[in-house]
Amino acid sequence: MNYLDFEKPLAEIEGKAEELRAMARGNAEMNVEDEARALDRKAQDMLRDLYKNLSPWRKCQVARHPDRPHCRDYIEALFTEFTPLAGDRNFADDQAVMGGLARLEDKPVVVIGHEKGHDTKTRIERNFGMARPEGYRKAVRLMDLADRFRLPVVTLVDTPGAYPGKGAEERGQSEAIARSTEKCLQIGVPLVSVIIGEGGSGGAVAFATADRLAMLEHSIYSVISPEGCASILWKDAEKMREAAEALRLTAQDLYKLGVADHIVKEPLGGAQRDAAGTIKAVGAAIVSLLKELEGKSPAELVAGRRKKFLDMGARGLAA
Amino acid sequence: MNWITNYVRPRINSIFSRREMPENLWTKCDECGTMLFHRELAENLNVCGNCDHHMGITPRRRFEALFDGGIFAEVPVPMPIADPLQFRDQKRYPDRLRAAQKATAEPEAMLVAEGEVGRTPIIAAAQDFSFMGGSMGMYVGNAIVAAATRAVERRRPLVLFSAAGGARMQEGILSLMQMPRTTVAVEMVREAGLPYIVVLTHPTTGGVTASYAMLGDIQIAEPGALICFAGPRVIEQTIREKLPEGFQRAEYLLDHGMLDRVTHRKKLREELISVIRMLTHQPPPVMGDLPAPGTPEETAAPTSAPAQESAEK
Repeated sequence: MNYLDFEKPLAEIEGKAEELRAMARGNAEMNVEDEARALDRKAQDMLRDLYKNLSPWRKCQVARHPDRPHCRDYIEALFTEFTPLAGDRNFADDQAVMGGLARLEDKPVVVIGHEKGHDTKTRIERNFGMARPEGYRKAVRLMDLADRFRLPVVTLVDTPGAYPGKGAEERGQSEAIARSTEKCLQIGVPLVSVIIGEGGSGGAVAFATADRLAMLEHSIYSVISPEGCASILWKDAEKMREAAEALRLTAQDLYKLGVADHIVKEPLGGAQRDAAGTIKAVGAAIVSLLKELEGKSPAELVAGRRKKFLDMGARGLAA
Repeated sequence: MNWITNYVRPRINSIFSRREMPENLWTKCDECGTMLFHRELAENLNVCGNCDHHMGITPRRRFEALFDGGIFAEVPVPMPIADPLQFRDQKRYPDRLRAAQKATAEPEAMLVAEGEVGRTPIIAAAQDFSFMGGSMGMYVGNAIVAAATRAVERRRPLVLFSAAGGARMQEGILSLMQMPRTTVAVEMVREAGLPYIVVLTHPTTGGVTASYAMLGDIQIAEPGALICFAGPRVIEQTIREKLPEGFQRAEYLLDHGMLDRVTHRKKLREELISVIRMLTHQPPPVMGDLPAPGTPEETAAPTSAPAQESAEK
């Protein structure tokens, strides 16, 4: 278990309980169970308190937690017959974006998402979930495929942002993102998106321009990272707490602003403490959001999606 | 700190800077350092006569030099909810907005107009880099939607001049949502079978490049314009190496297949007339016969603004 900085007191208590139990295992005469249980209860209370009112910055930390379930975990657990489809047919296959055909409750869909990787090796392979133009062009290709064969599209968003690299710029990062967003708006099939961790800027918009957008309780979606915003507006990257506050990037704020349509509750202590439970809840949300869109004609879907985004910004926090 | 730093030094500085640029009659080219006389610079559409560097130009000035006889009518843009997030960094967002309004005498960062260019009626929208770095917030979104709606209603081509550091951070997610929103506007124009021409000017970066500014039927850029998603500084920090000369400049993008053309500001009007006429099946223009654009005013000065006000990345 990786603890976040604000979870340190919790780590201490859980560590103590663990220590006691380890000691008792070595000495049959010792009875520490009562004491250890008391510590467990204390830890549980502390966890509840810590997560009851997470500040926006803490939510950013939770959203980026390395132990959170990632795109691949969701695909493996929720979908059957997942058949990855690779490549943008132009340059490469971007490992930061995974996608393909799969079945959700036996119904065929196209699933696309950012994959961050779970250890050093896979994180490097997946470029920490930062897609290059090839990734967005692969997504465009898969959305076209879905459109042609009338398959709903499910996107799982989890990216710090599009990759800021030399090659990515040379190959048209901005054009690739613009085309992916455009494709999201054009397809005549249902498009449901879930932000499972970080929704970083344009790199997230390219997948999240959906009929229905769900966000996990502790996920974020923002125009810029709090660190980036702090370094520009506060001229000090250390002011990320203030920036996270000002940017209104939590799922709860975005729901109020009409950007997120649905919030999926996370288990106590965040998705990283119960991956299976989180994945199950996300699965149920996707199924129910897809059901809302069932029976709509392609023209209705496109018109509805356009209207949704044309109306964006009509609602402020005060209004 | 003391009276020398607080009083004497500013006084001395102000005397010297005044001597350097008497009443703003002279402007220094940020590229080659040549001092340019304001009237000549305005006549040259804010392009340096020495090195051809294209300096910033306000939408109003640009439209005067674009439309026949300098005549255009503004297309009204609805004002969005003010300060939707009640955003506050070191300053309050409404204060930053007011300061920009005072400095530019414009309500926001985009101007939309209709008029004739070479006798072809068009809708034009131009982003104002001197207004908070041209950043795209809800107003710019409203402006593009208004421009697209007018273009579709009147069946006119849409020409958009982009210039922006990116999305307006002070409007948070709502500025980000202008990416899909403006993309819907572009779709409307495209679906109506009307030309949508983008002229990318210095600089066009971030979420603006990654939405409406890259979706034109024809993509033209001004020489030397910085056009990118992630800015050079961010990339250098990420890959920890120096970037090649001319990286992310208009000519570099042209070489990499991202643009149709790089066109000098002085040639732009003629080119737009020609392209629009071909796309809309009109007979070839007789250039001598077409009305001239407006004449530049003496008061026009190049625009500049701190890019960090707005940059998304």
